[in-house]
Amino acid sequence: MTGRVVVIGVGNPYRRDDGAGPAVIEALRAAPPKDAVLTDGDGEPGRMLGLWRRQDAVIVVEVVHAHPGRPGRLHTLTAERAARCAAPSASTHALGLGETFALAAALDRMPRELTVHAVEGADFGLGHGLSTAVADALPELIRRVAGAIDEAHDRLRHTSALADDRGSEAPCP
Amino acid sequence: MSHRGSRVLRLDALARVEGEAALQLAVRDGTVAEARLRVYEPPRFFEAFLVGRGHGEPPDITSRICGICPVAYQMTACQAIERACGVTVDGPLARLRRLLYYGEWIESQSLHIHLLHAPDFLGCPSAVELAREHRAAVERGLRIKQAGNAIMEQLGGRAIHPVNVRVGGFYRVPAPAELAPLAERLRRAHDDALATVQWVASFDFPDATYDGPFLAMRDPGRYAIDSGTPAVMAAGAGSDAAAPVRALPVEEFERHVVERQVPHSTALVSELDGHHYLTGSLARYAVSGRWLHPSALDAAREAGLGDPATGRVCRNPFRSIIVRAVEVAHAVAEALRIIDAYEPPARPYLAVPPRPATGRAATEAPRGLLYHRYAMDADGTLTLARIVPPTAQNQAAIEYDLRRQVQSRLDGPGEPPGDEELTSLCERAVRNHDPCISCSAHFLDLTVERG
Repeated sequence: MTGRVVVIGVGNPYRRDDGAGPAVIEALRAAPPKDAVLTDGDGEPGRMLGLWRRQDAVIVVEVVHAHPGRPGRLHTLTAERAARCAAPSASTHALGLGETFALAAALDRMPRELTVHAVEGADFGLGHGLSTAVADALPELIRRVAGAIDEAHDRLRHTSALADDRGSEAPCP
Repeated sequence: MSHRGSRVLRLDALARVEGEAALQLAVRDGTVAEARLRVYEPPRFFEAFLVGRGHGEPPDITSRICGICPVAYQMTACQAIERACGVTVDGPLARLRRLLYYGEWIESQSLHIHLLHAPDFLGCPSAVELAREHRAAVERGLRIKQAGNAIMEQLGGRAIHPVNVRVGGFYRVPAPAELAPLAERLRRAHDDALATVQWVASFDFPDATYDGPFLAMRDPGRYAIDSGTPAVMAAGAGSDAAAPVRALPVEEFERHVVERQVPHSTALVSELDGHHYLTGSLARYAVSGRWLHPSALDAAREAGLGDPATGRVCRNPFRSIIVRAVEVAHAVAEALRIIDAYEPPARPYLAVPPRPATGRAATEAPRGLLYHRYAMDADGTLTLARIVPPTAQNQAAIEYDLRRQVQSRLDGPGEPPGDEELTSLCERAVRNHDPCISCSAHFLDLTVERG
């Protein structure tokens, strides 16, 4: 089965900058990239794991804290890096993004590729609306995610063509 | 390290979204002086946010309060608004609503059982290690959860923050054929849910008792979720026998459940007639256990929970994981029953014209009783919104439970506990109650301070 490109905006639009992920998805929906699955989520691991299949290329759009921080700065992280950056597991209620990836790996459910596009947030208070720093960074973040979608499609097509040449199935059935 | 002297344990909030909950425990001369759970509570923001909005908006707005239990907020908001407007939604529309609610229950309880609570009993530091060591059980849990997810997607229009619910009913109701695939998944999920009850029943449970009053919805003949009247089971004197139950009509809720501010938390702390009390799985099982679906009731008996039909209750917060598993089995079985008998309603919703009035409602969110009150003027503009979520209600009971459990450990035989052991004990005690302390944040970090 051919993989899909799945884009997941993680965050809560009622917590200011935490809404940047869903805001990127909303912007992409205005002119949806061909053949990409656009979705948003709250990062809950059971649901996250249900959003992709093993042969998919997954792009997660997320907000991060950095120390020292520069709100609005953009980061591109591999799944491994995101997992390392995530806070340790001491949650009483939920799991973080890093643990979600680790859980997927433990259950052999990691997608073919997974990249996190993140922006450093400033304001996580209650309410709508992004801080100026994050709002200013959003167009560039959207451009990067759109570019990442195109590149992921290219790689998927390439892998699929290779598999066809070999007369076998794609490597992650 | 001696347990004499003074020390403070602090579980600090951290993370992607700043602090949502923290716990501070103070021990002085071998006595627990204080256990303070600090909760940052989003519903208060929503109360102010709702004033001035139209009477059709609360289901959509309040569903954003929590990513785990949006349907609970929607259902309670709808019922409160409809009561204010003198409209009763019953028949197939009410059953469809309940089906959606079961979807959320299945999801939320399965998440807590498998990814958050079970690691405590199996010596795993997190769900990741649990998945490595007990992969089949975690896979089974995710299968059950995804069946709940499928209900949410089908009826709610999407898996999180469902958009298909409106005051009076739904924007669109499904054709019977659309529910058929759900039934297939749920039949498999029912077997999985019963296996989960057996699995969690095999865990080792520390001795512990919550001896305060229970508060849960009660609707004789039904394991009440979205119907009936709040009811209070009196405090139990350390026994697992049922205590007397009295009704607490929703109109009188705020006369008995009084919230007060405490300096250490932005959440208001609720008391029931001046006493801490518990709402959630243990309370529901005590008040309504005898009306579980027969398959879930059998599973509960076999799991050693005690037969609710003969007046047994479970007061051990650690064993709440069994009750949650039984509730999942019940929700799956009842969801199937609704789908099997489904006939589409004549209309997807009833008209709910506004009038100047106040409406109140309570339903059972997965983690406990949720209360809403709205007042509106003649054109439906909301003039007041009041939301009492389950975790705020349980806060005082959780603190009480923490004090007792830590004290019990300090008084017990063996080496005095170190900070690490006490921290772990506190975390477990908090998790037993599945508090929704982070309606949007995902991490809790831990630091230990010695006084």
